[in-house]
Amino acid sequence: MRGILKIALKLLVNDRGKFAALIVGITFAIFLIVQLTSIFSGILAKASSTVINTGARVWVMDPSVQNPLNTIPLPDYVLDAVRSMNGVKYAVPLYSGVGLVKLKNGVYQPATVLGLDDTSLIGRPDMIEGRMEDIFADNAFIVVKDQEYAKLDSPSLGTTFEINDHRGVVVGIARVPVGNLFGIPTLYTTYSRAVQYLPNARFTIGYVLVKPKSEAAIPAIIKDVANIGYMAMTDRQFEIKVSNYYKYQTGVGTNILFMTVIGFLVGLSISGQTFYTFVLENLEKFGALKAIGAKNSELVLMILFQATFASVVGYGLGVGMSSLLIAAGKRFVPNYTADIDYWNLALAFVLVLLIAALSSLIAVKKVIRVQPFEIFRG
Amino acid sequence: MAEAIKAILLEKSFGDGPAKTYAIRSVSFEALWGEMLYVVGPSGSGKTTLLSLISGILKPDAGSVIVEGRDIWGLSPNEIADFRLNKVGFVFQDYHLFPKLTTVENVAIPLILKKEDWNRSMKIALEFLEVVGLAEKASLPPTKLSGGEQQRVAIARAIVGRPDILVFDEPTASLDGATGKKILDFVKNEILNDKRCIVIVTHDSRIFGLADRMIEMEDGQIINVRSGGKIEG
Ligand SMILES: Nc1ncnc2c1ncn2[C@@H]1O[C@H](COP(=O)(O)OP(=O)(O)O)[C@@H](O)[C@H]1O
Ligand SMILES: [Mg+2]
Repeated sequence: MRGILKIALKLLVNDRGKFAALIVGITFAIFLIVQLTSIFSGILAKASSTVINTGARVWVMDPSVQNPLNTIPLPDYVLDAVRSMNGVKYAVPLYSGVGLVKLKNGVYQPATVLGLDDTSLIGRPDMIEGRMEDIFADNAFIVVKDQEYAKLDSPSLGTTFEINDHRGVVVGIARVPVGNLFGIPTLYTTYSRAVQYLPNARFTIGYVLVKPKSEAAIPAIIKDVANIGYMAMTDRQFEIKVSNYYKYQTGVGTNILFMTVIGFLVGLSISGQTFYTFVLENLEKFGALKAIGAKNSELVLMILFQATFASVVGYGLGVGMSSLLIAAGKRFVPNYTADIDYWNLALAFVLVLLIAALSSLIAVKKVIRVQPFEIFRG
Repeated sequence: MAEAIKAILLEKSFGDGPAKTYAIRSVSFEALWGEMLYVVGPSGSGKTTLLSLISGILKPDAGSVIVEGRDIWGLSPNEIADFRLNKVGFVFQDYHLFPKLTTVENVAIPLILKKEDWNRSMKIALEFLEVVGLAEKASLPPTKLSGGEQQRVAIARAIVGRPDILVFDEPTASLDGATGKKILDFVKNEILNDKRCIVIVTHDSRIFGLADRMIEMEDGQIINVRSGGKIEG
C-alpha cells in the first residue's frame, strides 16, 4: 500500500469514536437497503413461483392475467388450436386452483392445487419421497415440502385428508425451487382429478404449457396465439410481467423504493456528517501536510481512500447483518420472504459508493481550499 | 558565504479596500549557507508572513524569492509543493504533530510524502528520533510527550528529509526559557552545518544570543540587519 494511504487509514481508524460512528451509519444504511430490496426480491420470486417451478418455456393464458395466482380459465378449443400451430412441439393443459383441505382436527386449510397433464405430467416437481407414477393411484396427491408444509400437519406417505369433500391420500413428497407468496401449502395431482375434485367454472384449463420446436419458433407462436384472441409469453416474459405487476400496481414496489431511498438518505446524512466533522477536525492536519509538501491530488486521494474504506467496511457489515437476519427470519418465521441476490448487493454497493462520494465531496472541497499559511500563523 | 535564499523586493498585503493591510513592504535580504538567521520584531510586524513567502507557502503580490538560481514563485503549484517537500524543513509554532499517529510515524511523514517505502521510512525516522534523543518514545503518540519533547519531534520531522533550508516560526514560544535555550543550542551545534541555512522567527530575546545575523522588522519592513545576536540600545 502506498504510504500516504496507510497514513490516511491510521488517521481514520485511530480516531475510534468517529470511525465507529461512520461505520455504524453506513452499516445501518446498507442493512436497511439490503433488507428491503431482498424482501422485495423474495416477494417477486415467490410471486412467480408457479412459473419458475413449472418450468415451461411458453405459457398461453387469458390476456387479462396479471399474476399466476389469478388464473382466468381457458376454453378447451384454445388447447386444440395451440396444438395445431406451426412450431409447437407439444402443448398441455395446467390446472391451477385453490382447494380446501380439512385436517384431522377439523380445521380447514386452503391449498394451491396444480393439476398436471395426465399423459405427460409436464411441470412435475422433484420427488423427495414416493414415486411420481403413484400420482395416478386413487385419490392421489403429492404434497410440496416447503415452508407451508406444516400447515397440513406435516403429512407423510399414506396420510389421508379431505379436500372439497373428496378423499385425498398423500402418495409423494416433493420439493420445488421457489415457495409461494401467499403462505398456503401446495398440492400436485393430475389434471383430470383436479377438474373432478375442485369446483369449476365453465372452463377448466388454467394455462396451456407449450414446448416450442425451437427457440426460433417462439415469436410465431406468440403471434398465432394473439390472432385467436389469447396471450402467449415466454417464462421470462411472464416473470417480468408478474414482477411489474407487483412493482407498479400493488404499492409494494413504491413503498420499498421509498424506504430504500430513506435508508440511503439516513445513511448518507449520518456518515456524511461524521465524515465531514472528521475532515473539519483534521483540516489543520491536512494543512500541515500541505505545508510539508503534500499535493492537493494526494490529499484528495487520502480522503477518497478514507471514505471508500469506511464505506466498504460498512457495506460488509451491513450485508453480513442483513444475511444473518434473513437467515434467522427464514429459520424462525414460517412464511418469511427475502432473497439476497446480486442485484440487491450491486444496488447497495452502488449506493454505498454514492454515500462515500457525496460524503467526501464537501470534505475534498475544504481540503483543497485550506491554506498552509494558516498553519504557519498558528 | 554563498546565498541560500535571495529575497528581492517582496510585497504582500491582505484584504481589500479600507481593510487592506500591508504585511510586507519592499523587503529584500539574503540568507546564507551555514548561518542561523533570526527574524525578530514585534507581533504583527510581518515575520510569519515573510517566512511563508520565502519557504514556498504563501505567494507574494510582487517580488521574487531566488533559491538555487531560480525564482520559486515562477513554479507551478505542484513544483512548489515539491520544493517545500524536498528543499525546506518546517517547524511550526504549535508543532502540528498528528495525535493519532505514533511519534516515529509523525517524523516519517516527509519521507512517506517522498514515496519512500514504509519500513525504510520508519527506520530512518527512528534514527532521527535518536538524534533528538527521543528514540525510546518512538511508539508513543505525541500527546504523551512533554512540550519540549514535542518540539524535538517537530525538529526531527523537519530534518528527516535532509532539507537544506530549515524554517522555524516561534520555536520557543510554548517552552520555558531553559528548555528553549537547550533546544536551540542543539539545533545550532548538531543540525546546522555549512550546507544548511536556518531561518528562525522569534521575539524571544532569551535565545537571541545564538543568532549569526539578525533581521529586525517593523510594520512589514526591515529596519535593521546586524551580525551577531545582540540588539544595541
Ligand atoms: N491571512 C491574513 N489575513 C489578514 N491579515 C493578515 C493575515 N495574515 C497576516 N495578516 C496581517 O499581516 C500582518 C503581519 O502578520 P504576521 O506576519 O503574522 O506578523 P508576525 O508574525 O510578525 O506577528 C498583521 O497585521 C496581520 O494582522
Ligand atoms: Mg507570527
